[in-house]
Amino acid sequence: MSESMTLSRRTLLKAGALAGGGLMLTATMPMIARAATAAGADEATLSAYVSIAADNTVTIVGKNPEIGQGIKTMLPMLIADEMDADWDQVRITQADFDPQKYGFQFAGGSFATPMNWMPMRQVGAAAREMLLAAAAQRWGVPAASLRTDKGKVLDASGRSLTYGDLAADAATMAVPDPAKVTLKDPKDFHIIGRSISGVDSPRIVRGEPIFGVDTQLPGMKYAAYERAPTFGARLVSADLDAVKALPGIDDAFILKGDNPEHVVDGVAIIASNWWTANKAREKLAVQWDTGEYAGHSTAGYDARAAQLLAGAPQSELGKEGDVEAAFASAAKTIESDYAYPFLAHAAMEPMNCTALAHQDGRIELWAPTQNPQSGAQGIAQHLGIGQDKIAIHITRMGGGFGRRLTNDYMVQSAAIAAKVPGTPVQLIWSREDDLRSDFYRPAGWHRMRAAIGADGKLAGLDNHFVTFAKGGRVPMEASMTADEFPAKFVDNVRLGQSTIETRVPTGALRAPRSNALSFVYQSFLDEVAHAMGKDLPVLMLELLGDREDFPAVQGFGGMNPGFSPARARGVIEKAMAMSNWAGASPDGRAKGFGFYYSHLGYFAEVVEASLGSRNAIEVHSVWAAGDVGSHIINPFGALNQVEGSIIDGLGQAVELAVEIENGGARPGNFHEYQIPRMPMTPAIQVEFVTTDNAPTGMGEPALPPVIPALTNALFKLTGKRVRKLPIDVSQFA
Amino acid sequence: MAYRVEINGEVRELDVPQDMPLLWALRNELGMVGTKFGCGMGLCGACTVHVDGVAQRSCSTSVSSLAGKKVTTIEALAESPVGRALQQAWVDEDVMQCGYCQAGQLMNASALLARNPKPSSSQIESAMAGNICRCACYTRIHDAIAQVAEKGTANV
Repeated sequence: MSESMTLSRRTLLKAGALAGGGLMLTATMPMIARAATAAGADEATLSAYVSIAADNTVTIVGKNPEIGQGIKTMLPMLIADEMDADWDQVRITQADFDPQKYGFQFAGGSFATPMNWMPMRQVGAAAREMLLAAAAQRWGVPAASLRTDKGKVLDASGRSLTYGDLAADAATMAVPDPAKVTLKDPKDFHIIGRSISGVDSPRIVRGEPIFGVDTQLPGMKYAAYERAPTFGARLVSADLDAVKALPGIDDAFILKGDNPEHVVDGVAIIASNWWTANKAREKLAVQWDTGEYAGHSTAGYDARAAQLLAGAPQSELGKEGDVEAAFASAAKTIESDYAYPFLAHAAMEPMNCTALAHQDGRIELWAPTQNPQSGAQGIAQHLGIGQDKIAIHITRMGGGFGRRLTNDYMVQSAAIAAKVPGTPVQLIWSREDDLRSDFYRPAGWHRMRAAIGADGKLAGLDNHFVTFAKGGRVPMEASMTADEFPAKFVDNVRLGQSTIETRVPTGALRAPRSNALSFVYQSFLDEVAHAMGKDLPVLMLELLGDREDFPAVQGFGGMNPGFSPARARGVIEKAMAMSNWAGASPDGRAKGFGFYYSHLGYFAEVVEASLGSRNAIEVHSVWAAGDVGSHIINPFGALNQVEGSIIDGLGQAVELAVEIENGGARPGNFHEYQIPRMPMTPAIQVEFVTTDNAPTGMGEPALPPVIPALTNALFKLTGKRVRKLPIDVSQFA
Repeated sequence: MAYRVEINGEVRELDVPQDMPLLWALRNELGMVGTKFGCGMGLCGACTVHVDGVAQRSCSTSVSSLAGKKVTTIEALAESPVGRALQQAWVDEDVMQCGYCQAGQLMNASALLARNPKPSSSQIESAMAGNICRCACYTRIHDAIAQVAEKGTANV
């Protein structure tokens, strides 16, 4: 729960390089100076974000990548409200990648809301002040005597001018200092807090081209990419002639690389349609040197983890108090092993990218990427060109979930395009490529031990964590810290770690680390609560005590404002009330509870479940209480994220795992990676507890607690404890 | 070999291999990219179109099998009252997150309502079970269909 690391280290480093050495969630001043923009001829440009046409259309730039989290709707809402625009007159455009103009352009870590809540409002307020100044000049009155109302400036007598009337003059006004603009009183918000449907939805329901894979350019070719079934394999030889001889194939060539985040060895096949290029892979003979990791498997990792757990941890990550003494004097001890598997992202839009190598050496990309900066850096490094030679158009994405933070498919597409200068090439991965070439949520193992003292309280907690390392280094997504809750709330806590070396690529999956640690810790605390003869939410409230605040826990860049026990209590009590926690469930059903703090959001969730025929898990209801601050900026988007996170988490618990076999990933397609479908959707009730804190993000924090809430419900129902994901229902037989 | 296929009321000539799936003919040969690639194996429903009014997976339907048949894609969904009503409900209910699967969801939903204008909740669930939404907007997809079934298409 002291979860503060929300990005993989490499992503962070890349982001840090952009942000000037540190990633800050504190409001940074927006760069709003007027710069050349894509404004139309009849539009007046007020800033990098706002232009206004004579017909009153206000064009607002959405700066961040849209993966379905709703940011292209939500960030412009902040600008529009503070500039007092009429939302019906607002049009949104997607920014290209342009950090000089827009700063940090990124979709991950649920960062966009906390990072932009204040800066985007300042952008809007600055535009409003420029419009007021223009009207004041026109009428020869002080700006302070004027007010605005949904797209108009009015004076005391009722005279009015529309924003369109004033746009040309407003564009000549000095751009105010964002730090000094006057922000609205929140009671006057008329866009923030309103349920607004996604701005791209009307185009999507008509099937208009809007996603990355919908990019079409004159003369464009399509590419498929064959890579080894084993991670870390090197290409020895490939019979390109056999492929080039096939009808419809334009070209085939080898790419070399040993950086999975950029390019790994493989063969690119080019054709005038993707189906022909991809089908030619069946005729492609490649000899691979599979290397030393070819024997790796899930079974092997499980066996190695069991060996490591049986011994002492290889390293101690942190310790408070005297854990040995707490166990020596314990009235009762509990020991349980927990494990969870590798997971894939499986975004609906398969990985793809369109690239054009211009004859003058510039590379232009149409990229579905959550992290364009990292894509640009990867391409620059792989091709040995300057980043100033790379132009990136950010497209809408058919899902991200963290997969598109890593930009291997972008670098691949640039490397392919660089071989055929002047010809645009769209690289598309098959679903099999997607599931077998992911950066997986890492598997992990925990030996959890708890000591309950003679006073009946939790006296000590010990965890031996087994995780993966690459070259001896544990990647961020596979790591944890010693201040994981209930550390700081229990006197004696210790975290030991042992590692298994792997070449399986790993990366951030929605609520990285939290999506696994929530299961381990909230399940184990449910075991502790059961041993004490009480319920988990009651134990949680006891552990949290009556403290109002808590010093900042370990985090990067000072971005973590600290964990608030008061806010945690607020959502726990709310979820208990919503679900009638103390009340009985209908026959054959039971309720379970989970709480987690991640990505600055507090969520407590209750799941009510039963077992159907052959012990199939049926989830009937989920109650979710969340605290993400003072405002739910767009309730439509917020509820959608909570509902989606809950179903996503339930799917992970019940069904999902990526098996490693012969050094590669096994799932071929959706029949071997069963994403939840409509019939398993439970009734979901969501309530937000609003508190006087700046709003934070919604993409992730509702997911982690639902997994232990389900497994804890199954324990209550069956008396059998789920300690391994996905849930093996045969244990309930 | 050239095949003639009626797509959205227009006969299109497609000079493609016999086994090329309709999905790729639409996307890469005709530039009609509203129909989406999700799995290529008929497992996810993102590529759903109508063939003679019945929902079908275009990734698993060869161009050569479509002689004499009428194909309707998402680009022509608005030509039917049910299609327009569903499009409106999708926007009004803010059904989507990423939106990538929604063309397939809409095509399947419109085929459902064409054959069963008043489906029950469980009929909606079973009819839509073949369409994956990775963002899991299922509650809203379900409710938008139910809303159109209840209100009908009089207002579109």
